[in-house]
Amino acid sequence: MNKTLNRADALSLLQSSGQYALELEAISRHFGALVALADINLSVKAGERHAVLGSNGAGKTTLFNAITGDFAPTTGRVRLFGEDVTDLPAYERIRRGLRRTYQISLLFENLSVLDNLYLACRGVSRNRFALRRPRRDDALMASAETLAAAVHLETVRDTPVGELSHGQQRQLEIGLALSGAPRLILFDEPAAGLSPGERAELVDILNSIPSHIAYILIEHDMDVALRVAERVTMMHNGRVFKQGTPDEIENDAQVQELYLGDHHG
Amino acid sequence: MWRFDPDSFRASQVRPGVIVVAVALLAYPLIATNFFIFQIGAYSLLLGTVALSLMMLAGYGGMVSLAQLTVAGFGGYMMAIFGTNSVDVHGFGWPWWVLIPSVILASATLSALIGAISVRTEGIYTIMITLAIAVAFFYFTRQNYAAFNGFTGFAGVEPPQVFGVNWRAPVPFYYLALAIAAFFYFAVLYGSRTTYGLALQAVRDNSRRMNSLGYDVTAIRVFAYFLSGLIAGTAGIMLVWFNGRISPGSISVSVAIDILVIAVVGGLRHPIGPFIGALAFVLLENFAIDLIDRERFNTVIGLVFLFIIFFSPDGILGLWERIRPHLMRKPNVARSDGARK
Ligand SMILES: Nc1ncnc2c1ncn2[C@@H]1O[C@H](COP(=O)(O)OP(=O)(O)OP(=O)(O)O)[C@@H](O)[C@H]1O
Ligand SMILES: [Mg+2]
Repeated sequence: MNKTLNRADALSLLQSSGQYALELEAISRHFGALVALADINLSVKAGERHAVLGSNGAGKTTLFNAITGDFAPTTGRVRLFGEDVTDLPAYERIRRGLRRTYQISLLFENLSVLDNLYLACRGVSRNRFALRRPRRDDALMASAETLAAAVHLETVRDTPVGELSHGQQRQLEIGLALSGAPRLILFDEPAAGLSPGERAELVDILNSIPSHIAYILIEHDMDVALRVAERVTMMHNGRVFKQGTPDEIENDAQVQELYLGDHHG
Repeated sequence: MWRFDPDSFRASQVRPGVIVVAVALLAYPLIATNFFIFQIGAYSLLLGTVALSLMMLAGYGGMVSLAQLTVAGFGGYMMAIFGTNSVDVHGFGWPWWVLIPSVILASATLSALIGAISVRTEGIYTIMITLAIAVAFFYFTRQNYAAFNGFTGFAGVEPPQVFGVNWRAPVPFYYLALAIAAFFYFAVLYGSRTTYGLALQAVRDNSRRMNSLGYDVTAIRVFAYFLSGLIAGTAGIMLVWFNGRISPGSISVSVAIDILVIAVVGGLRHPIGPFIGALAFVLLENFAIDLIDRERFNTVIGLVFLFIIFFSPDGILGLWERIRPHLMRKPNVARSDGARK
């Protein structure tokens, strides 16, 4: 493997590795007696934009943890780009092109924005154990700067992350997920707690993601989700409740009843 | 805080304070007696170097290991077994230029092994498991006569005559200890801002996030043990030369805890901390005895430990950082310092 993949490499890899970015087979996850996920089957095509909807506790974050390997599923198989990764640790999955953001920002608060992004770029490249200081002209430093601009943080790139606003921290979460050459990104409620202005900025960022990158977006705001997604999965009580195009989901009577009913609870 | 600016080190390196300390350390043997050069100066530097290996692990890696002295002691034993000793057990007499690198590498490998066993644990459990390893090694050396010569251990372990210098003599030994301490001090300081050093500190702060950025957290931690083993093993060689002997008593749990006390009292946030802690410890050890009897020494150490931790969780280093602004009452300096945090 040679440094970070460029886009042409990523695209050719994508074509060689089959049609699906992600295939889940009968995934379940138990926490003691609690069944957080039960028999989830889901596939996401390469380059597909997928939204996952569902009320609080439906199992959306647990599903992401099973895909990334943060917490292994109790049963079932996970295939990434055609390869069975069920037994691989999270970092190996990341190196294969998977990325994620966290529902509650998980950032290095003492480090600057650029240093956070540099770490993310380094994590999917070589020389992670280099006992040298990065040089001024380090290629990954340049990538970090490009990423800072891509998530609209160039003005605060030297600010310690702990001093950023909530919205900026959410943007940085996305920046970390865009490092290297991602092929599938899992966004866990990136819009949570954002003001309408920040929300618009977020939709901008999501829309500017290159089209060969697939993503799954967990989003409570149905309007946002239905606007950016090509396919939608509706989860309820750890199961897949409905799957379809945004139109189908929006006009589904059962979904409307369930979603509106839960929304106030 | 831990920043990642490639230029920041170069700028801070040439502060006048650094030059004053360097000159004082170099000129020290010119004014001190042999007792002060050897028993105080050299010994502080050696204990400080062992504690530095712990500071690196604990301060940058968040892993508090009580097995650092075990690694150093292992190095000492290897010197006695594969080098020369006066008790007629083993003493294979390897030439120094084979012996020393082999022993340092073997110590680092042992340290990595200890790391591999303990890195899956966190916090108090790391302390417990490394304590268990330290205790096990202590009893093993005490009972094993075939390799470690049991209770007696080894004596007559001396440095080689290289360049015709008697390295055991106070002044050469002091300079050797100083060179080694300075080398590792600057290596750790430099290392803290390398790519690996940054990754290690990031693992300490947020291992889950590092995992999901593509880092093998376990490998990063085990490698930290390996590096700290290079430091501890080297210090172990110097310690066995300093004492001339090694036995289970040299690696007992109470000494292992002394190392922890030295590192914590000195301060875990900067590699200078362990050396400050070591000097304080050695001075107390030598002169508190004039004021109180030997039996009470541990009480004094314990009280000093409590006092410092109570007033400054960052040790003497943190105490100094708190006092300094009051000493330098230039309002502008104080303000810009505070703003930078
Ligand atoms: N580590 C855990 N231990 C025990 N139970 C857990 C754990 N993580 C999740 N759960 C439970 O699993 C269920 C699904 O949780 P999950 O976080 O996946 O929901 P979610 O759909 O992401 O909800 P939200 O919209 O609130 O983020 C919940 O009942 C939750 O309490
Ligand atoms: Mg969630």
